Amino acid sequence: MNVPLLDVQRLSVDFNTRKGVIRAIDSVSLSVAKGETLGIVGESGSGKSVTSYAVMKILDRAGKITSGKIIYGGMALQKIPESDMRDIRGREISMIFQNPRAALNPIRKIGQQVADVLIQHNQATRAEARGKAIEMLQAVKIADAEKRFDAYPFELSGGMCQRVVIAIALACKPQLLIADEPTTGLDVTTQKAVMDLIVELTARFNMSTILITHDLGLAAAYCDRLMVMEKGRVVEQNPSTVLFQSPQKEYTRQLLQATPRRDSNVRDLLPKELLDKTDPLPESSPPGPPLLTVSHLKKSFGKPGSENHHLAVRDLSFSIRQGESLGLVGESGCGKSTTSAMVMRLLDTTEGQIEFLGEDIARIPASQFSSHPLRGKLQMVFQDPTDSLNPRWSAERSIEDPLIHLAKDLGKAERKARVLELASLVGLPHNLLGRYPHQLSGGQKARVGIARAVALNPQLLILDEPTAALDVSVQAVVLNLLEDLKHQLGMSYLFISHDLNVVRLLCDRIIVMQKGQIVEEGNARLIMDQPKTDYTQSLLAAIPHPPTGEISTA
Amino acid sequence: MASSLATPEASTAAPAREGYWQHLRYIMAENPLTGISFAMFIGLIIMALFGPYLVPFDPVATGAGPALMPPSPAHWFGTDHLGRDVFSRVVVATRLDLMISVSAVALSFVFGSVIGSLSGYFGGWTDRIAGRLMDTIMAFPLFVLAMGIVAAAGNSVENIVYATAIINLPFYARMARAEVSIRRNAGFVQAARLSGNSELRVLFGHIFPNTLPPIMVQISLNMGWAILNAAGLSFIGLGVQPPTPEWGIMVAEGANFIISGEWWLVVFPGMALMLAVFTFNLIGDGLRDLVDPQRRT
Repeated sequence: MNVPLLDVQRLSVDFNTRKGVIRAIDSVSLSVAKGETLGIVGESGSGKSVTSYAVMKILDRAGKITSGKIIYGGMALQKIPESDMRDIRGREISMIFQNPRAALNPIRKIGQQVADVLIQHNQATRAEARGKAIEMLQAVKIADAEKRFDAYPFELSGGMCQRVVIAIALACKPQLLIADEPTTGLDVTTQKAVMDLIVELTARFNMSTILITHDLGLAAAYCDRLMVMEKGRVVEQNPSTVLFQSPQKEYTRQLLQATPRRDSNVRDLLPKELLDKTDPLPESSPPGPPLLTVSHLKKSFGKPGSENHHLAVRDLSFSIRQGESLGLVGESGCGKSTTSAMVMRLLDTTEGQIEFLGEDIARIPASQFSSHPLRGKLQMVFQDPTDSLNPRWSAERSIEDPLIHLAKDLGKAERKARVLELASLVGLPHNLLGRYPHQLSGGQKARVGIARAVALNPQLLILDEPTAALDVSVQAVVLNLLEDLKHQLGMSYLFISHDLNVVRLLCDRIIVMQKGQIVEEGNARLIMDQPKTDYTQSLLAAIPHPPTGEISTA
Repeated sequence: MASSLATPEASTAAPAREGYWQHLRYIMAENPLTGISFAMFIGLIIMALFGPYLVPFDPVATGAGPALMPPSPAHWFGTDHLGRDVFSRVVVATRLDLMISVSAVALSFVFGSVIGSLSGYFGGWTDRIAGRLMDTIMAFPLFVLAMGIVAAAGNSVENIVYATAIINLPFYARMARAEVSIRRNAGFVQAARLSGNSELRVLFGHIFPNTLPPIMVQISLNMGWAILNAAGLSFIGLGVQPPTPEWGIMVAEGANFIISGEWWLVVFPGMALMLAVFTFNLIGDGLRDLVDPQRRT
């Protein structure tokens, strides 16, 4: 084999923290050949980002490369001084970050930001920078690039911003592109467009790519070779197809299994040893009478007639029966969050009825609903488990809060007992109840949020992308927990998500929303297998599918 | 059954909560300046509480020694033009100066952060009215405004406190407003609404405590400033009246003697003033580390 472009040998990085020195990555070796795409896959804390930061030498002050070599094109990067490194970054190796909006300077025109890189690396003079920047913007398929040159980042959508970031990264035609979760936070259709673009451009310029992601499906769809990392070590390194068909290591197998597929059910996601301890899925009972009926719901923002008047939700009608799970799917901006906030009575409606347990709750102003007797029957699990817990309160205090305000007949001792009962219900060890949110892991925080939501025995629980911020293995456990709780407590779910594969696991029926309207509604399996509208088809087509077929257990 | 899904990720979590003293010690060790400032702060408190019982001479008694004596073993900081012991006067003055600044800062913290929180949370007209009110205060040179308030309301220690509180109000209001408005749609705030908290309880029970760390820093910086302000007012003859020992008055009285070479009349109260301001400025960062649970990993 010829000399690889990047060759990392036994690289270790230590971080100095309050609790002493922590080894973030331990003897990681990897190589990338010219024109190759390597995927680094792992869950949070696996060291995949630290590896790439070490290669770029942009570790923050606490991090230090303690041993190993980073050889790029014959140069030992770990030895060369910062001034030379600055030259290499951008011209030889460049990087795309997770949040495109944060990566762009908000007060500079996007074209100017592309031109800056060109001038910085002597690829263009000031005079010709504009023309070359526009060429780059055209290359990343920004329509009307000449006009967009003068746009500011806030004027562009997230997907557009990511294209600009790609244009900046590729402006100097680097040899190696490191993409760190380039599509996390983007819609599936945008994700597909952005990934297709990266692949097309890197092929055209004959560049090598390292794609860092937590999404095995995405990595498999776009990478030649995959490297799985766990806790700072390399678990397995293999060509994508080999890794998917016959994973060599237990950890890889678990990761593969936890990634939702089109044909898996919620129990299939669990690793074997957990599955053995879990009861089989209970028979789903036929749904009861309607619990929630939403009719002709509308919401507009801004004054009617004014320039910023905007219809977020236009004429929405649907219903949920008792014991039923309804999925609400759509891309960002389709009005699904606005809808859930209105149903949850956190936001006033503009028009329409929301009938819950026989009462039209749309008539009660959102600001007064907190003391309404139905408040406890209508609860929600939030998207970001960290953001949804009060940072100054212990887990116990957070779970207790709804009981204090809405279950006034409970005494102090009864409340404490109920908190313990809830913790057991959601599988949160009792010794963790005294901890603050930042001392809990993502999965534990999700459990606290769920315990708080079910504390008052709600009849309808809105799940707003409850697993979007979680690792796949944790997502698998949390989804199973939600499914079990539904049967145990006889709740109905309104599951809001952009990920059809996840929604399908919990929901019997799915509503697809676009631009504030329902475009398709029906049985979950039917929508997945035979989508009727183009929009649903495009949503389904954009989901990166891991190679199907049985995972061999050899 | 659900409990059988017990967290596989449980083992990776942080160890149980550290003790408060351990945390304090860690913060001191991490930044030695914080330790020094805490020590100086404790020194100030001791002087304020026990000063009058510790000093060798009565601070207002004339003729503790011969007038205008330079520092000596008997009179560490020398004596002033009336023969009073400067050391005793500097130590005893601590209580009055701290009292004025603590009560002024406490008043502006309470009222400022309530006004700011309300306008940050409710927005709209509440915000507009409160905002313009604060702008009006800020439109004046603050020291001149304080002078005017004391001159108009009457020359007393209470009025110095009120004047200092009023001129500091906008800083707290603005800070509280900003801190509250970035959190008013946070997930935990929505969750608090779902848990049946009323709007006011959401604001003062959930959001406000989370804004405390930056406000703590503001308080401590402001303390030094308030001491300076009180001393400044006394210096120009407002508020505290002689012969009460107070740093500002002592500097004012001593200023006349600099030319004739009796420097100790000005330098020692001035140093005390400077050290007090210095202490409060330094302690700010340490305080933030103490009140922020996220720093207590």
